[in-house]
Formats: sequence, structure tokens, C-alpha cells
Amino acid sequence: MKTPIYLDYQATTPVDARVLEAMLPYFTEHFGNAASRNHPFGWKAEEAVDTAREEVAKLIGSSSKEVVFTSGSTEAINLALKGAVEMYGDSDHGKVKGRHIITSLVEHKAVLDVCKHLEKNGCDVTYLTPDKTGRVSVEQIAEAMREDTLMVALIWGNNEIGTINPIREIGALCHEKDVLFFVDGTQAVGKIPVDVYADNIDLMCLSAHKMYGPKGVGALFVRRRQPRVRLVSQIDGGGHERGMRSGTLNVPSLVGFGEACRLCRENLEKEMAHTTGLRVRLEARIRASLDEVHLNGNADHLLPGCLNLSFAYVEGESLLMGINNSLAVSSGSACTSASLEPSHVLRAMGVGDDLAHSSIRFGIGRNTTEEEVDFAADRIIETVKRLRDLSPLYEMALEGIDLSSVEWAGH
Amino acid sequence: MAYSDKVIDHYDNPRNVGSLDKKASDVGTGLVGAPECGDVMKLQIQVEGDTIVDAKFKTFGCGSAIASSSLATEWIKGKSINDALLITNKEIVEELSLPPVKIHCSVLAEDAIKAAIADYKAKNVKV
Repeated sequence: MKTPIYLDYQATTPVDARVLEAMLPYFTEHFGNAASRNHPFGWKAEEAVDTAREEVAKLIGSSSKEVVFTSGSTEAINLALKGAVEMYGDSDHGKVKGRHIITSLVEHKAVLDVCKHLEKNGCDVTYLTPDKTGRVSVEQIAEAMREDTLMVALIWGNNEIGTINPIREIGALCHEKDVLFFVDGTQAVGKIPVDVYADNIDLMCLSAHKMYGPKGVGALFVRRRQPRVRLVSQIDGGGHERGMRSGTLNVPSLVGFGEACRLCRENLEKEMAHTTGLRVRLEARIRASLDEVHLNGNADHLLPGCLNLSFAYVEGESLLMGINNSLAVSSGSACTSASLEPSHVLRAMGVGDDLAHSSIRFGIGRNTTEEEVDFAADRIIETVKRLRDLSPLYEMALEGIDLSSVEWAGH
Repeated sequence: MAYSDKVIDHYDNPRNVGSLDKKASDVGTGLVGAPECGDVMKLQIQVEGDTIVDAKFKTFGCGSAIASSSLATEWIKGKSINDALLITNKEIVEELSLPPVKIHCSVLAEDAIKAAIADYKAKNVKV
């Protein structure tokens, strides 16, 4: 077993060896521009892009004509939200839907920041507070809907806590009310079954590097029937991707993206069982040796490979410092981010700042083994125990002092 | 984030971890910080005459907070109360090479020393 062990699969994944192998000829031998229509170099590249598009479509249950390639999820989110507002928010473009957007406080910053931008441009955004497991309900969406609601924008599987939203039910409501439904599928696609038609999705972003493909490519699913969704492009010039996203296609990376999608589709059930099994094993082993461990997330609706735990009375950065030579994980602690604020996701769920500071996200993936998970659990256990021996809060808790009753001298 | 060797050393081998009897009249206890802020330090001193003969700490916080409080106990042991009060957070920053975002850890350690001494003095007001 090699250390450090990578347990940060929500941040990114390694490129699968089979994906890399598929990509390599497209850097040197088949280097053509997919838009070169008049010679074999271009045809070869175009054929490869078509195959990749087919594979993306098969994985998400769409037609290949509904897949718009982008540089990743962030760009796809920008195109979906800004493009829809431009198309439908004003009276200039046919059907006017309005400028109200419903989203949640636990979205990725890519969605939240685009929403903030849209607010400056005359949109009205409702940010729903999820339940304490990070989940948004159909009822909440229904209550928030208005006459002028243009779109609901929600994350499918949360990147920090792994909670899965009831996408199919919310999608059905959106279609009943004639509201566009955008889904951030970045963490969900390739990890759980996704069928954009059965799930009632109009727009969905996905990213190759979260599913063992290369960084820098992704896609936006744009529905073409019932309803046909139209967007105003955000990157103009050349009219690539049906005019929705100009720019020469990154052929090698798209080949990799397609191959990554094929592998995810063909092995979905096996990988779900593998990662879920390891996640359950990791949590059980930690809980067997440590008390006061809190799950951040929804135990019944969790991404297979995501486990976010708070270790009460221990600060996250000091915990990471104790393990970061052997484990690569993430923390919701303030100190690990540039902002010095604890995770906005944990805050929105109502997790106290003290527990937010104590949170660790474990990301389990295709290459993770039982041996690695056991090793990780043991390192966590010994470090948490050592830091609790050092923790005045743990000592006070053992003495029976209610920490919430103490008047802290904050700074 | 890169830590200085001294911070890592204090984190790996914290000095003077533990607790003194907070009810004893020769013991002063300082508890500073707040869990919501991500750091809480408890620093205790045992005093004979006006000399700090023992010091203990427990800290909930990042590696720099642990190192700052560990270093503080090391420095105040054997010092007179008045000399201990002269220790500043700047000296802690310099000794541990703390980056700007971690200066608050050193401030907290200085506060903890002062709070422990204040508690001892309050318990031992000369009549």
C-alpha cells in the first residue's frame, strides 16, 4: 500500500489508464480540428467527437444532439443560467418567463456566484435553506414558486456532504408548472443512475475530471423536446456546438471524456456497490473506536463515495495536520480555506460552527481498497484520540459541562 | 499549508499538556477563545511566592494554536508573574514563524497567560 492515500475523490479523480490510452493518439496522430470539414484529419477528429458525444448521451439518457461540450461544469453552469435568463427573462425573445430563480444555500459556489451576478442584473433569486441533512424538499420548491419563476437550479449530489436531492420529484413539479429545471450533476453523473428524461431535467452540467476523465472538459445537457430549451450563448465566435459554445473543440480530452463515460456506464452498479461498501466500512470502523462522531449528510440519500464526519471537540485543521502525511482528505474547517469562514454548506444545514470546524470529508473512489480504508480509519482514530486528550472542550464535556452554556470570550 | 519546523515539533510533542486543580488557591486558570471561532485555550499556572513553578495547557484549535500555547507554558515556567506578563504575542510569532493568518493564535496565547495570572491574583487578593 502506497501512502499518502487519496481520499478526496470529490475534488478530482485520476484519469483512468484506459481513458488516457484512448486519448493519446489524438494529440499527435489524429490531431485534426473537428471543424475542418474538407479533409480526413478533420473527419477523424469529428468522428471521435461524435463518438464521445454519443457516450456522454448514453450515460445520462439523452440524445447526442442535446450534449453541448464546455470546459467543465463551471462554464456549463454559466451558460445554463445566464443563457436562460437572457433568452427568457426579457421580452426580446419570444416567450417571456420572468426573472425569478429558485436555488438552495448548499449549492456549489459556481451556482451561487452566478446567481449573485444575475441578481445584479435584475433577477430575483430565492435561496432555500435545506433540512439539517442538507436536502431540499419538493414542498419547499412548490412554496417558493411564483408566477414569474423562470428556473429552479439545484445540486443533485452535494460535493461537500454527499446528500442527494429528490431530483425526479422536483423535476416533475417544475414541468407541471412550466418552470425550467437546471441540475448540477457534477458529483452525481457516473456515480448514481442518471436519466435526464425520466428525471425530468431540462439542463444539467457534468464534468469529466470527476469521473476519471481529464480536467478541462465537461458538458451541458440542453433538452430539445418537451420542452425545447433555448439558450443565448455566452461565448461567441465560430458557432461551434450548435452556436451555443464557440471555440475549437478539445478533441483529445473529449475522447477521454467519452471513454470515461463509457466506463462509468458499463461499471455503474459494480462501482456503486464497491464505493458504498467501503464508505460503510470506513464509518463503522471509526465509530467503533470513537464517540461523538456526527454524520454531516443524509444517511438514506448519500452519494456512494462521500462521507462527511464531524469529530466533536477536535479542530479540523489540527486533525488534518496529524494525518496529512498519510491521508489526502478535505475539511470544512475555516482554517483550511482562504476565506477563514467555515463551510457555507454546513452552516446552511444548521451545523454549529464548532462542529463545522471539526468536519472531515472522505472521498472514496474506483481505486480505493479495503486496506486503504482501514488504514485511514486507524489514522483518524489515533489522531482524534490524541487531540481530544489535548482538548479543553473534551475535558469539559467529560466533566459534564454543557459547552453551550459557557460564556466564551470570542475573538 | 506549510508549517514551520517549530510548529510541527510542538504539535507532535506538545509540552506541558494537562490540567492542574482549578480549585486550588495557588492555581490560576485562563480559558480564552470560543469553539465557534475554532480555537479555545486553557492555560493554568501554579504559583509559589511570585514564581510560576508549573504550567499546563489544553488547546482546541489548529496546529499553530496548539504550538502557541505549548510554547507559552514552556516560557512562563520558572518566571515571575511580572516577567510572564511581559511576554508578547510578537515574540511567539517570531519564535514559531507564524504566517499573518495565524497571528490570532499568538494573541490568544498571550491572552491565556494574562487570564491565568488574573485568575490567580483574584484568588489571592492581599487583605
